[in-house]
Amino acid sequence: MKAVFRHELASYFTGMAGYVFGAFLLLFAGIYTVVINVQSGLANFAYVFSNMSFLFLIIVPILTMGAVAEEKRQKTDQLLYSLPLTMTGVTLGKYAALLVVFLLPTGILCLYPLVLSAFGSIYGPLTIGTAVGFFFLGAALLAVGLFLSSITESQGVAAGLCFVVLLVNYFLSDLSDYFSNSAGAAFWTLTVLVVLVGVVFRLMTGSRLVSLALAGVLEALLLVLYVVRGEDFSLILPAMTSGLSLFERFYPFVDGVFDLTSIVYFLTVIGIFLFLSVQSLEKRRWSA
Amino acid sequence: MIEVSHLTKRYGDHTAVDDLSFHIEKGQIYGLLGPNGAGKSTTMNIMTGCLAATAGQVTVGGWDIFEDAAKAKKLLGYLPERPPLYLDRTPQEYLTFVGRAKGLSPRQLEAQLCYVMEVTRTADVAHRLIKNLSKGYQQRVGIAQALLGDPEVIILDEPTVGLDPKQIIEIRSLIQTLGRDRTVILSSHILSEVQAVCQTILILSKGKLVACDTPENLERRFAGTTTVALTAQAGTEEVRRLLAFLPGASQLTFQPVGEDKCQVTLETDWDEDVLCRDIFFLFSRAQLPLLRLTTARAGLEEIFLELTRDTADPLSAPEEEAVQGEADTRETPGEEEDAE
Repeated sequence: MKAVFRHELASYFTGMAGYVFGAFLLLFAGIYTVVINVQSGLANFAYVFSNMSFLFLIIVPILTMGAVAEEKRQKTDQLLYSLPLTMTGVTLGKYAALLVVFLLPTGILCLYPLVLSAFGSIYGPLTIGTAVGFFFLGAALLAVGLFLSSITESQGVAAGLCFVVLLVNYFLSDLSDYFSNSAGAAFWTLTVLVVLVGVVFRLMTGSRLVSLALAGVLEALLLVLYVVRGEDFSLILPAMTSGLSLFERFYPFVDGVFDLTSIVYFLTVIGIFLFLSVQSLEKRRWSA
Repeated sequence: MIEVSHLTKRYGDHTAVDDLSFHIEKGQIYGLLGPNGAGKSTTMNIMTGCLAATAGQVTVGGWDIFEDAAKAKKLLGYLPERPPLYLDRTPQEYLTFVGRAKGLSPRQLEAQLCYVMEVTRTADVAHRLIKNLSKGYQQRVGIAQALLGDPEVIILDEPTVGLDPKQIIEIRSLIQTLGRDRTVILSSHILSEVQAVCQTILILSKGKLVACDTPENLERRFAGTTTVALTAQAGTEEVRRLLAFLPGASQLTFQPVGEDKCQVTLETDWDEDVLCRDIFFLFSRAQLPLLRLTTARAGLEEIFLELTRDTADPLSAPEEEAVQGEADTRETPGEEEDAE
C-alpha cells in the first residue's frame, strides 16, 4: 500500500494534475474570499466553503479520472496484479494519494480565515467545523470518482461519468421537490431500480439465471411490502433522494451544526465505494 | 518449482486453456512454444496470478498462486507481452516503485537497482522518461522490473517481439545469462528462438500440451527417419540394381537428371553415417562416380508444424486467425530475424 501511495503521489506531482487541481481550488477560494469576505464584508468564512462545494463537480472528475482507468489502458494493471500486492492495498494507496493531493490546497485554504481574523472577528468553531465538513465531502466524492474510474478503460468516459453522477447528486435535493409523493410512483421507481440492479448484476457476473433470480426475488419482496405497508411508500421517494445527496449533508456544517451523523454518512460512502473499487479490480482478474 | 495441474480457462464458449498440466524444475530455461492463440499468454497470466483460472491449480514453490498469493508472487518475476511501464516516469522511478512494492528495504532496493540496471544495461537511460526510450530499452526496463527482488523464477511472455535483430540477439543472450542461476520460462511462437535458448520445450496447441521435452529428444522422438539424397553419374536402372543390395533403406525414388545422371532419395531409420558409408562403398566398388550425397533430418520446425496441426480444430481456425491478426503484423520483425 505504501509503495502504491508514494508512487501515485509522485505521479500527481511529476505531471500537471496535482498542481492544476491545487491552483484551481485556490483560485476560486481567492475569488470567493474577496467577493464574500472582503467586498461584501461578511465575517463568515463558512460561506466560502459553501460556495466552493460546487467546484467539486469539476475538480473531482479531473483528479480521479485516470486513477485506475489509465492503468487499464496502459496495461500497467498487469504489473499490479503480478506484484505481491493486494487489491485492497492498491485501492487504499491510490485513495490515500488522492486525499493528500486534496488536503494540500485545503490546508492552504484554512490559512485564509487566520489572515482575515487580523481584520475582523471570524467565528473559529464554525469555520473549523465547515472545513472538516468540506474535507469529508471532498473525500467522499473522491471515493465515488475512484470507483467510477475503476469500471472503465477510458479516462474520458470516467471523467464524463463522474461529472454526470456528481451533477445529478448536486441537484438531487432540488429535483426531489418535483417527484411525486404517491405510493404508486415510489413502487414503480423501485421496480426500475430492481431491473437496473438485475442488469448490472448480469453485466458483472455474466450469469443470466442468477441475475434474473435476484431481480425476481427483490421484486417479489417489493410487491409484498407494497401490499402490506403501502401507505409508507409515499415517503420513500423524498427520503431516498435527500438521503442520497452528499452535498445536502454538507450544508448543516455551513449553518453551524457539526453533524456527526453526516460524518458517519460520509465515512460510510467512502467505505462502500472503496469496497466497490476493490471488487472492480478483483473482477478484472476473472474476466479480462 | 512450479506445478501446473489441470488448468482450464474459458472465455464464454471459447476454451483458451484446456486441462493443462506440467511441471517446471529449478534452474532451467523453459520455452513455451505454440502458434498464435495457443494459450501461451493466458497460461502465463494464470501462472503469475494476473488471471483467475476457470479450473485447476498453480503452485509456485509450494504456495498456491491464489491462496498464498503474496508468498507465491515473491518467487516470481513476470514480464507480460506488453511491458507494463509507466510511460511518464523514468526507469529509476519506475524500478524504485516496483522494488518497494516487492517489499525490498531501502538498502536492498539500492543494491538491487544497481544490479538489475547493470544486468539489463539500462543504467545509461535511468533518468530519461520511459516514453522516450526505444522499444528495446523499454523491453529491458520491463525485464529489469521482473528481476527486482531476486525471484527464483522469471516468466517472460514473448520477450523479443517487436525488436530489431540486434536487439533480439542481445535479449537472448541476456536470457541465457539469467538462466544460469534461475528458472526462466519464456514464451514464443518462433521456433528457432526457443531452440536457441531453451533446455526444455513445451509445445502448446489449442490450449493443450502436445509435447514437453528437450529439443534433442523431440527431434529424436518425432523425427525417427533421416532422408538421404544422392546423385550418381549412372543410368537409373544401374543405380536401382545397385541400391537393391542396400539394407535399411526404404521409400526409394529415382529420377533421371539429364543424359547420364540419376538422383535418388531414400529414407532410413538407421544411423545416417553408417548408411552413407555403405552407399559410398557400394558405388565405389561398382566404379560408379557418386556426385552428391546429403542427409536431412526432419527438423524441429516440421515437428512443431506436425504437432500443432494434429490438434488444430479446422472449424474454429479462421476465427482464431482473425483474433490474432493484429499480433501477426506486430510480430513480423521477429520472423524476419528467424529467416536469417
